[in-house]
Amino acid sequence: MYRFESVSKFYSGELVIDNVSLTVPRGKTTALIGPSGSGKSTLFRLMTGLAKPDAGTIYFGDQQLDDKCIGAVRKRIGYVIQEGGLFPHMTGRANVSLMAGHLGWARDKVESRILDLMKLTRLSPEVITRYPSEMSGGQRQRVSLMRALMLEADVLLLDEPLGALDPMVRAELQQDLAEIFRRLQKTVILVTHDLAEAAYFGDQIVLMGAGRIVQSGSIADIQRNPVNDFVKQFVQAQRTMLFSGAQL
Amino acid sequence: MIFCRTNIVVCVVMLLVARIVAADDVQVGSKAFTESVILGELATQLGNTAGVATVHQSQLGGTRVLWEALRSGQIDVYPEYTGTLVEELIPGTAADLAAIKSELYRQGIGMTQTLGFDNTYALGVPDTLARRWNLHSISDLRKHPEFRFGLSNEFLSRKDGWPALKRAYDLSPTSVTGLDHDLAYTAISSGSIDVVDLNSTDAEIGFYHLLTMTDDRHVFPEYKAVFLYRLDLQDRAPEFIRAIGRLEAAIDASTMTAMNASSKLQKVSEARVASKFLMSRFQVKTDPHEQGFAAQLFTRSCEHLVLVGISLAASIVVAIPLGVLSFLRPRLGQVILTLVSAINTIPSLALLVFMIPALGIGTLPAIVALFLYGLLPIVRNTHAGLAGIAAGLRESAIVLGLSSSARLLRIELPLAASAILAGIKTAAVINVGTATIGALIGAGGYGQPILTGIRLADYKLILLGAVPAAILALLIQGGFGLVENVVVPRGLRIKARN
Repeated sequence: MYRFESVSKFYSGELVIDNVSLTVPRGKTTALIGPSGSGKSTLFRLMTGLAKPDAGTIYFGDQQLDDKCIGAVRKRIGYVIQEGGLFPHMTGRANVSLMAGHLGWARDKVESRILDLMKLTRLSPEVITRYPSEMSGGQRQRVSLMRALMLEADVLLLDEPLGALDPMVRAELQQDLAEIFRRLQKTVILVTHDLAEAAYFGDQIVLMGAGRIVQSGSIADIQRNPVNDFVKQFVQAQRTMLFSGAQL
Repeated sequence: MIFCRTNIVVCVVMLLVARIVAADDVQVGSKAFTESVILGELATQLGNTAGVATVHQSQLGGTRVLWEALRSGQIDVYPEYTGTLVEELIPGTAADLAAIKSELYRQGIGMTQTLGFDNTYALGVPDTLARRWNLHSISDLRKHPEFRFGLSNEFLSRKDGWPALKRAYDLSPTSVTGLDHDLAYTAISSGSIDVVDLNSTDAEIGFYHLLTMTDDRHVFPEYKAVFLYRLDLQDRAPEFIRAIGRLEAAIDASTMTAMNASSKLQKVSEARVASKFLMSRFQVKTDPHEQGFAAQLFTRSCEHLVLVGISLAASIVVAIPLGVLSFLRPRLGQVILTLVSAINTIPSLALLVFMIPALGIGTLPAIVALFLYGLLPIVRNTHAGLAGIAAGLRESAIVLGLSSSARLLRIELPLAASAILAGIKTAAVINVGTATIGALIGAGGYGQPILTGIRLADYKLILLGAVPAAILALLIQGGFGLVENVVVPRGLRIKARN
């Protein structure tokens, strides 16, 4: 769905994406993982057109991503960020139907789509009429996901969607998300810093470090055949965290 | 609410009608001190009695304001002094009446004969101090550099005032403070200054027990009172010129001092003082045309609301787009913000005076000045409100695919609404205060009683202007609370409460 060919990106003179080539397969879930500053968020910004590559080319399907097509591409992208990115001055419903209204959808089409999405995301009907500040963190992410799916996007981009949630809510939403991804069969790209989460969702895991892709493949691959010490340490560090957490 | 709105509409209509109707009337101006206002009243009442519709735009400010207003046709006539003409307005002219008259004639301005008194500059000291040090003339002051001089700002800066005096008498006091002429009396009676500049017909000389120091080196020129008028009045209203001609050589110095005293010290209105004089001198019965308290308050409130309302509306219409522009184009934004900040560093009185040549006097230049002052808080808050939107929200809107205009209207401006409204509120409250200065150029409003109150040292009058201005500011503050409920989206207000 996405193809990066030798893409590099500088931010104020510093190389943040270093000659990255990557293919994101259609209909699969790809998890981008790595320590902070490894370039995973920048990769995301490149995919949404919020940043432009300084070298190399990005393809969306067969289309080269540029200023001309970015508007059309964005309509095929659903985007969810850590805190949801819901507009606080609009109710959940207004957030979800914003773009549909903008594109002139008929009222009943909007309503039936919202009903479908509420079922899909298991959101109770009274929540959608609230303002974001009146919702719980988990509810906000569900509404945000509804907004991302409203226009039948082909690609879902999720930037640490569960990062700000407490563990119970997080576990519940993880299961629901996995179920939704399985049912929709969409191309999903997910940024996380949690290896377990990446393993849970990702058909493909892309491990990043210092602006490069260090290793990509299945979780089994990465655990069994780490390509270098960085990967070994990264995997080890996540395990240690888990153990020390268990001892507490 | 509806009542309020109707009131404002009535105010605006009244003012506009007054403007249109007044356009043909003879406009008498006067400077912002009692004697000038009384002379202005005399001319106005005589004009009206002679059947010429005459309007008095009283206490318009200083010499420059009146002179420019006369030359540009904003007013038709005002009282002036020969010394001021020679020293300030038509410098280089010989100090005799014929020469002054012919020079003025060349500029399209006529001058009456002198009214009969000379109101020259003088210096005064408390009589106790004068007795202790045996002071009689200005030369005697040279021996006392420790005396604290409190001089009116106009006297300090005019060529024929302090600079000339200092040079001629070789005075070098250690402390010279510039202050308002009327406040100087209060200051000298409380002992915080020792020497004030006086006008020789000032009512307070006796009241505050001051002694006039004689001008033994004859530095001060003669300041004989005359009326200046536009020559076109000879065709437009010849009866008016004949009417004010009756005042020539009709007022001697003691009469003028007495009239000043009855207005300033006994708090009789200038209109009534003038009316009384006309009765006793010419047996002419005139209408002093005094407004009751409620009517006055209503007129002032209308004028003030018009000043603040129109200027604020204009500021909002211009400043919000400017704020948006400076957010979208940061480099241009720097220029815009610097410019509007620079405007706010111009003192309000100076800004008003700058506008007289282009816009004349009255409501319009005051509104333009207030409009300019209102820009900064709104531009800055609009910019800050937009810049303060979280990056995640801004980017979500971009990635959703909203066009840039839709983002601005549906996302960014609503999110910045609270900040923008705060800017408008600041502008409104500042405008209510600043609008009081509009009275100096004939825009009326609550500044009118404040100005008169300061001139007459009448605290009640000052309060008559200051209290409604403060109440209006509070009402606006409260009113914005209601507006906030409408303008700021509910979702943001809930957040604010949490």
